[in-house]
Formats: sequence, structure tokens, C-alpha cells
Amino acid sequence: MTMHTLSVLVENKPGVLARVSGLFSRRGFNIGSLAVGETENPDVSRITIVVNADSSPLEQVTKQLNKLVNIIKIVELDPQVSVARELLLVKVRADRSARGQVLETVNLFRARVVDVAPETLTVEATGTPDKLAALLRDLEAFGIKEMVQSGTVAIGRGSRSITAGPALRAA
Amino acid sequence: MTRPTPETLANSARRARAAVEQARDADRPRGTATPTVPAVRTPVSAPAQVSGAGSLVRSLEALGVEVIFGIPGGAILPAYDPLYDSTVRHILVRHEQGAGHAATGYAQATGRVGVCVATSGPGATNLVTPIADAYMDSVPLVAITGQVARPSIGTDAFQEADIQGITLPITKHNFLVQSAEELPRVLAEAFHLAATGRPGPVLVDIPKDVLQASTVFAWPPTLDLPGYRPTLHPHGKQIREAARLMAIARRPVLYVGGGVLKAGATDGLRQLAELTGIPVVTTLMALGAFPDSHPQHLGMPGMHGTVAAVHGLQKADLIVALGARFDDRVTGQLDSFAPDAAVVHADIDPAEIGKNRHADVPIVGDARHVIDELVGAVTVEQSAGHRPDLDDWWSQLQELRRRYPLGYDDPADGTLSPQYVLRRLGEIVGPEAVYVAGVGQHQMWASQFISYEKPRTWLNSGGLGTMGYAVPAAMGAKVGRPETVVWGIDGDGCFQMTSQELATCALEGIPVKIAVINNGNLGMVRQWQALFYGERYSNTDLGTHKHRIPDFVKLAEALGCVGLRCETAEDVDRTIEAAMSINDAPVVIDFVVGKDAMVWPMVAAGTSNDEIMFARGVRPVFDEDEV
Repeated sequence: MTMHTLSVLVENKPGVLARVSGLFSRRGFNIGSLAVGETENPDVSRITIVVNADSSPLEQVTKQLNKLVNIIKIVELDPQVSVARELLLVKVRADRSARGQVLETVNLFRARVVDVAPETLTVEATGTPDKLAALLRDLEAFGIKEMVQSGTVAIGRGSRSITAGPALRAA
Repeated sequence: MTRPTPETLANSARRARAAVEQARDADRPRGTATPTVPAVRTPVSAPAQVSGAGSLVRSLEALGVEVIFGIPGGAILPAYDPLYDSTVRHILVRHEQGAGHAATGYAQATGRVGVCVATSGPGATNLVTPIADAYMDSVPLVAITGQVARPSIGTDAFQEADIQGITLPITKHNFLVQSAEELPRVLAEAFHLAATGRPGPVLVDIPKDVLQASTVFAWPPTLDLPGYRPTLHPHGKQIREAARLMAIARRPVLYVGGGVLKAGATDGLRQLAELTGIPVVTTLMALGAFPDSHPQHLGMPGMHGTVAAVHGLQKADLIVALGARFDDRVTGQLDSFAPDAAVVHADIDPAEIGKNRHADVPIVGDARHVIDELVGAVTVEQSAGHRPDLDDWWSQLQELRRRYPLGYDDPADGTLSPQYVLRRLGEIVGPEAVYVAGVGQHQMWASQFISYEKPRTWLNSGGLGTMGYAVPAAMGAKVGRPETVVWGIDGDGCFQMTSQELATCALEGIPVKIAVINNGNLGMVRQWQALFYGERYSNTDLGTHKHRIPDFVKLAEALGCVGLRCETAEDVDRTIEAAMSINDAPVVIDFVVGKDAMVWPMVAAGTSNDEIMFARGVRPVFDEDEV
């Protein structure tokens, strides 16, 4: 099984996310991460789904997704020619004695402190899932009080737009 | 014989008015949606001030809807007021499930979109079974449901159910209407989605306050479906590759599914079959797509298919699947299905291709276009001298046909044979009639022993296997084709699930005929208990023999039908002929048949098609060296 990143352009209408996520769960797929947002066209939303699956069952799910009336287009993003990022907000224990070391780690990963309290720092970081995992590993030593992570958002490299490229329509 | 209550005056007056209207606009569209406009010829209405309910009813009229099946209730009530004056005929059923199956029967018999209506909550949830049934069998169905008013949605209001959420996995698409202005567009989209591409059910849920709101009705609306583009025309390269394989195959089979009927491709299929000389099998959903009497027809494949059809697919070196989906009832154990066959798989739904069986030549397209283009490509191959010699193949298949024809033994205990009843029914009634079966042994015998020669003469619940389908679906079929004789064929178990719709038939003047193949048991389940559970008949005796509860003749009469009973072979012809002579009332025949008859041949669930049993304990002898 490998990780696949699907970019799904959908009509910006109520219930579309339920249709998409329902299809995955009905067919026994566990969604690794999911992110939804508007696009340059307010009538169109973009869902980025990361799913761990073999390619032949994934092809079946993609075909079923394509049948959903509100779905406009599906493209699988090749990690070699796309940029994928996640956003992380993490509240780290950082009293006076540890604060310096925490800030050093934050700077090392080019992350930012977005909130300061006497006992904690809240850190914002963006990056690939690998980079964020490494940052978390380093911060764990100080004590993580709380964290939240977004789903992956991804976009193809180069000048071509997803709306211009060929859709993933097998068979 | 009891005569039914005459239809109500209100109804006959309504019908007379509708007939006048119909005569006036004789050229008014009555067809299904086309890819570009929702009706064959779209009427144009200047903007007019109406209620949401008025907009709904006028949209239905503009879409060419002639009949809807339903039951009113609180949330949908506003829609029933403009319906009272409409040209759309409303048939008041006894249970919403009946409305759904009736709409399905109507759609299957006519090819038009069937429409059913229910109120919110329990009305809507009662439609769930027929919607799931229509989804599995790709039936163009539009279900319209009332919903609680918008401010009450999500508050657990009286008779609230999230029917959009409930039907998400069993509809092609569904809508929760957000404003009265949307109604004409949403309805036009619903009909377009239901009828085009791979057909299927579409649900339109309309909150009560949307029905009550004031709005402007104008027609035609502009469809807004940017994500919906069914592929109708196949890829030329794939067609040529398929034709090339057909020209070199030594053991080819045309595996024909329900998609061929839905696409209206039966003439083309016959042309293709006769041009190539390739043997044809038609699935349960495709009976009538190719004449049963045609010498190239091997019969039905699958769990209860003919030995020739099952073995033909199993030994094929090329399977050309047309509008079929390699369902588990056809393939048996998938791993051992047709191990030597290359597969050409043509379907309008790309998700079907490669789903169960790898396709060597995938073709996405409407079966009519696919078959027409295959005829052209095969002709090119043949004119280049590429024509395979199928004589060996045919002689093997003919031998299987000769040795293992469909047949049955008369019951040893002297009881009436159900297969005999269905064989005589088919012979006496003939191939012009429409036969509508329930689910179980009677369905399989009806598929085996009645000869289907024409499209849309065999309706049944194939995918979902919905017991209780037959009576309401027969009602819908008769409404759609009033000049055609419609026979429902039901088991005593199925019949008791939806027999209440016979009251609807009696009151609305819908003279269907129902043959109840009454073996006193849930027969197919009993057959499995006999074969796989050591004859331990747990909870399959319905008591319809032992106690004659219910008495189907009395029940028929109570429901306003003519009730007849037949218990001996001598009476079979006479009783069928008596039923055929009654045209002003629904008729029910209680055929009291033996309980031990079984459906043969049979491929037990989960086993390989190689393990087909011709009869109990009798496995066909295949000379494996022949192939």
C-alpha cells in the first residue's frame, strides 16, 4: 500500500463533503488526511485527500468518486512534481529554563511563535509531513501540551493549472 | 366471483379530463430526458407567480409526466393542492413502498422516468427499499418527498427524517431544495440525471415552507450540472480492437446485460449476433433483449442459468460483455470464472469496467452506440476475410443443450408442479404480455420456463432481490402500458408483503393479473435448507398450505379483485384462460403447488461455475478434451 494524494474539484454546495467522505468509508478506505477550501472560483471547492491504498482499489474509488454529480474533476498528484504542505499549531511547555532551547528548535525548523504564556509557547509551522514530524519529535522532549494539525494541501509544480490538465479518468 | 368496486367517480372524471388534454396536445412530449433538454420537445412557459407547490406541479407537467404514485401527508400536503387540478394523474397507493415499486414497474415497462411521492419522515423512509432496488437495477426513478419546514430541519421535529442523508448511498444523486426558485431547475436536473447515462433513482426532498413560498415559475430552466458528463460514444480504437478479437476468437460468447435493454439496443444486438454467429447469453436483467427462441441464444447464465450458458462462459476464449456487470450471481466464485477468456467489457459506467473482472478491452459508451459501431467494425474485419470458424464451438454447445435442457420432474407426491404452471402460463398468454416477478423460486422458474421474445416484457428485482416487488411493479407496468396484458408472478411469501396494492389496482381501474405460486413456504430459503442445512426447515413454513391463512381467494376478493384457485394440472389451462377473459378487474390466481420442487440447474453460492449441478446430485459430464 502506498500513500496517494488526490485533488478533487467539487461544486461548492452543502453536503458535498459528506458524499465524498461517505464513499471512502463505505468502501473501507481510511482517509489519512483531508483538507477542504475554496478555490479561485468561489463556486468550486478543492478537497485534498491523502489515502493509503493499493492502486487497484484506489482506481475503483476514483471511478466511484467521478460518478458523484457534484464532483467536477479528480487529479492524483505525483509527489515528484507537486508541492504538499501541512499546517501545525503546537503548544509546548517552555518555562524560563527551557524557553531558550525551545526557541532554538523553532528557529531551526523555520517555525514561528504565535502565542506566549508564562509556562508555554504556541508554535506555528508549515511543511511537508516529514518535516513536521521531525519538529514534533524534537519538541516532544520539552513536553507537548496540545497540538492540532491540518490535512495536507497540495498543488502541482509548473505553470499548468489543475483545471487545464487531464482528469484522472481511467478506463 | 366477486366483481371489484368500480373506480371512483372523481378518478374517472379526472382521467376523462386528462384524455381531453392529451388529445389537444397530442404531440406533447412524453419521452424521457435527452442529454440537452429535459423533455423531448420542451414547452415554454412565460414567468408566472405561483407557490412552490404550484411550481413543482407545473414542472412535472412541463417534463411530460403523465402519472405519479404516492400518498399525501403533512409535509408534502401543499403539493397535493395544485395536483388536484393537474393533468398529472396521481395514483393513491396503500403504502409508500408500493408507490416506489409502481414507479419502477412503470419505468421498466415504458423506458420513461417513473415518479413516486411521499411525505416526510416515515413516508420517505418507506421509499428506501424501492429506491435501493431502483439503484441496483439502474431504473430511472424520481422520488419526491416532503420535508419539515426549513427552520425545523435538524430539530427532531415531528415526522422529520434526514432522507437526503439516508439515501446518499442508494441514489444516483439527491437534492434538498433550499428555495422555491430552485424547483424547476432541480426537477429538470433530477429527471435528466435519472434518465441519462447509467439511469438511476434521484430523490428531491422539498421542505414544506418551500412548497408554501411564493415564487415565479418559468420554463425551461437552465441545467447546472458541471460535473455530469456521461460518455455515450465509445473510443474507435477500442471498438476496432474488440472487433479484431471477435474475428480471431474460437470460443466467443456475447454476454448481454440489462444495459442493452435500457439503451434500446436490441435490434443492433440481433444484427451483431447474426453477423458474427457468436452464441448469446442474456442475464436475468436482460431477458427479452435477445429472443429466447433464437437458435444462437444459450439462455441465462449464472446461479440458476442453463448448463450451456454457464459452461459456454466458463470455457469461452472471448467474452464480449455488453451492459453487464459481472455480478456474483453470474460469475460464481470469481477466481475461477472463465479462466481462459479475454474480456471485452462495454458499459456506460466506467466504474463497472474492471470492478470484478479485469477487462482486456475496456469500452465506455452507450450500448446502442457500442453495438452499432461494433457491427461496422466487424463488417470491416469480415470484408478483409477475417471470419472465425465457430463450428467446433457450436457443436460442443449444441451437445450441452441437447444433453442438459431446462426441465423438471413432476412431483412424486402428485402435487401441482410450479414449473408446469409457469410453462403453461407463458404458452397460453404469449410473448406480447409483460411478466413481472417477485423474488425467489417462482422468479427463477418464471425466468426459465416462460419464453421472452421482446424487450421490456420481463420485469423483476435483480440486484437487490426485493421480495414484494411484483404486485406494485405490475401495477406500475399496467399503468404505463394499459393496452398490454400484465401478469404478476409472485410467491406466497412475496405476495403477503405488498398485496395491499391490489386495492389500489381495483379502485384505480388497473386490471393486472397475479399468479401466486403458492408452495406454502419461503421456497428458495427452504431449498437452501434442504441442500445446505440438512433439511432443517427453520421458519420457512408460512402456513398458507397447512392452515390456508390467508386464504388468497378470499383476500383477493376482499381487495376488490377476482380470486381464483387452481390445485391440479388439469385445471391450469382453464384457470389461466378464465383470468385472461377478465379485463375489467384485477385477478389473482392461487396456484397451490408442491413444496418440494427445486430450482435447477444450480451453482451453489460461493462455488465455482465448474461445479454447476444439473439436478440434485447430478453433475453434468463435460468432456474436457473437447475444448
